[in-house]
Amino acid sequence: MRNLEVAARPGQPILDLHDVHVALGGRSVLQGIDVRLAPGELVGVIGPNGAGKTTLLKIILGLLRPDEGSVRIAQRDVREARGLVGYVPQSFAPDPDLPLRARDLVALGLDGSRWGFSLGGARRRAKIDEALAWVDAARFADQPVGRLSGGELQRLLVAQALISDPRIVLLDEPLANLDLRSQDEVVALVGRVAHERDVTVLLVTHDMNPILGVMDRILYLAGGKAALGSVDEVVRGDVLTDLYGHHVDVVRVHGRILVVGGADAESLTCTTCDA
Amino acid sequence: MFAFIARLLAAPTVGTALAIGSLVAVTSGVVGAFVVLRGQSFAGHALGDIGTTGAAAAYLGGVPVLYGFIGVGLLGGLAIEGLGERARDRDVATGIILSLMLGIGALLLYVMTQGTNATGGPVAILFGSIFTVDPSVTVPVALFSLLALLLLAFLYRPLVYASVSPQAAKAAGVPVGAVGLLFMLAVAIAVEESALVAGALLSTALLIGPAAAAVRWSRHVGQAAALAALLGLLAVWLGIALAYQSYFWPPGHRGWPVSFFIVMLVLIEYLVARIGRRAPGRAAARREAA
Repeated sequence: MRNLEVAARPGQPILDLHDVHVALGGRSVLQGIDVRLAPGELVGVIGPNGAGKTTLLKIILGLLRPDEGSVRIAQRDVREARGLVGYVPQSFAPDPDLPLRARDLVALGLDGSRWGFSLGGARRRAKIDEALAWVDAARFADQPVGRLSGGELQRLLVAQALISDPRIVLLDEPLANLDLRSQDEVVALVGRVAHERDVTVLLVTHDMNPILGVMDRILYLAGGKAALGSVDEVVRGDVLTDLYGHHVDVVRVHGRILVVGGADAESLTCTTCDA
Repeated sequence: MFAFIARLLAAPTVGTALAIGSLVAVTSGVVGAFVVLRGQSFAGHALGDIGTTGAAAAYLGGVPVLYGFIGVGLLGGLAIEGLGERARDRDVATGIILSLMLGIGALLLYVMTQGTNATGGPVAILFGSIFTVDPSVTVPVALFSLLALLLLAFLYRPLVYASVSPQAAKAAGVPVGAVGLLFMLAVAIAVEESALVAGALLSTALLIGPAAAAVRWSRHVGQAAALAALLGLLAVWLGIALAYQSYFWPPGHRGWPVSFFIVMLVLIEYLVARIGRRAPGRAAARREAA
């Protein structure tokens, strides 16, 4: 495939995937992915269902070893870099009665993987308060999470991922099931994570439009391959046709981008719009 | 009132009942808070039922039924947690193990009823027998309770993490599978001890009821566990007192079963907690509007 990667910022890449191949259950999911990201970049990960978005996240988290290729984080092997990657999983919908406060949820990101109780302490509390304040969650810090709105929960999950001071944060569909106002809030927050804290952000979303304003580059996955670059470089008919392996049109309407595939098929299908 | 309490405490069987009942209430309450948090009530119930088989075997072998309950419970817990990776698989695995063990249990209980001098055995196993429990099992019950509580203390943070957000926990390096397996051992201990008090069929009453009531009034897991333990103690103490008093009640002046009182008291606790707690979701709506 064509190498669409544009020059990263100067200095060493924080994330370096080279020629990554993964097959799951006999099906080839990723076929030679190259991704090099600089510190503080906000990258939208877009692609149709089954394109390997979740697989890519698992590889970066060290939960899945690629069959071929290398994954390096801050010039280290991915297994030695676990503490450098924060993660916001998809669809967190706690039970209304879940006995867990906002601050407890955030604290899990700090020491949730350690055995035993936390003995508390002023420094731990200060760190949790700081993380809560940074995502503007201080005023509901002591509320049970089951009674928070979707946008409030996403902000807490970002705080949970950030509290261990990672260099990379992965967010899996953080905008799904949010109303437009909450989407805007979360997008602005994620922009601050990348650009104020110099944390590299990979944000998986099925719709690129909400993040067009904050995204530095786009990583478009389709057909086991990837295209990485600016939106203008990647989201083009010729590039995506090459990626999908069949004809694809890119339509721009009122500042929104629609990717429309299957012009030679019987019906038009919008591959990146909401269903 | 004081005369009643004095008379109650003077009765020889009541002391043992209160000691074992209290240990069981605390263990079940604390473990139950996590069972409710993880949505594993069905597994807990299944462990109580399959304990019947172990208890019947122990009874026939002349061993205290506690060891039968706990032995089979631990194996059952490992099997349930080990067989199913996803929640749906786990429910199926639980159902299969449950029916297999109950089938064997039915055979053993049948054999028990055929033996001489054993007619009370099946009833005691199924519906509880706290007034007839052998006082010598008090120390083993205390040790098993301590083991379960220490296990929970050790697992505390990874268990909460794995229960609330298994994917994030896995990404953070929590061995989610191993944590679930170890937790199931604590559940087995709690349930099988409860079976001694409330009977195999009702053993989950003390595990789920107080915890389900407690989570509605708690802001975090530690609080829920403590409150569940207190609610469990309340139900067991009052249940024992009422059962003792019921020797003076009709129809036969032979006393009503303790498990009946405990289950009713737990149910009342749960209903009060449900009714007393305002509907969720309004707090967020209020903040959104502000």
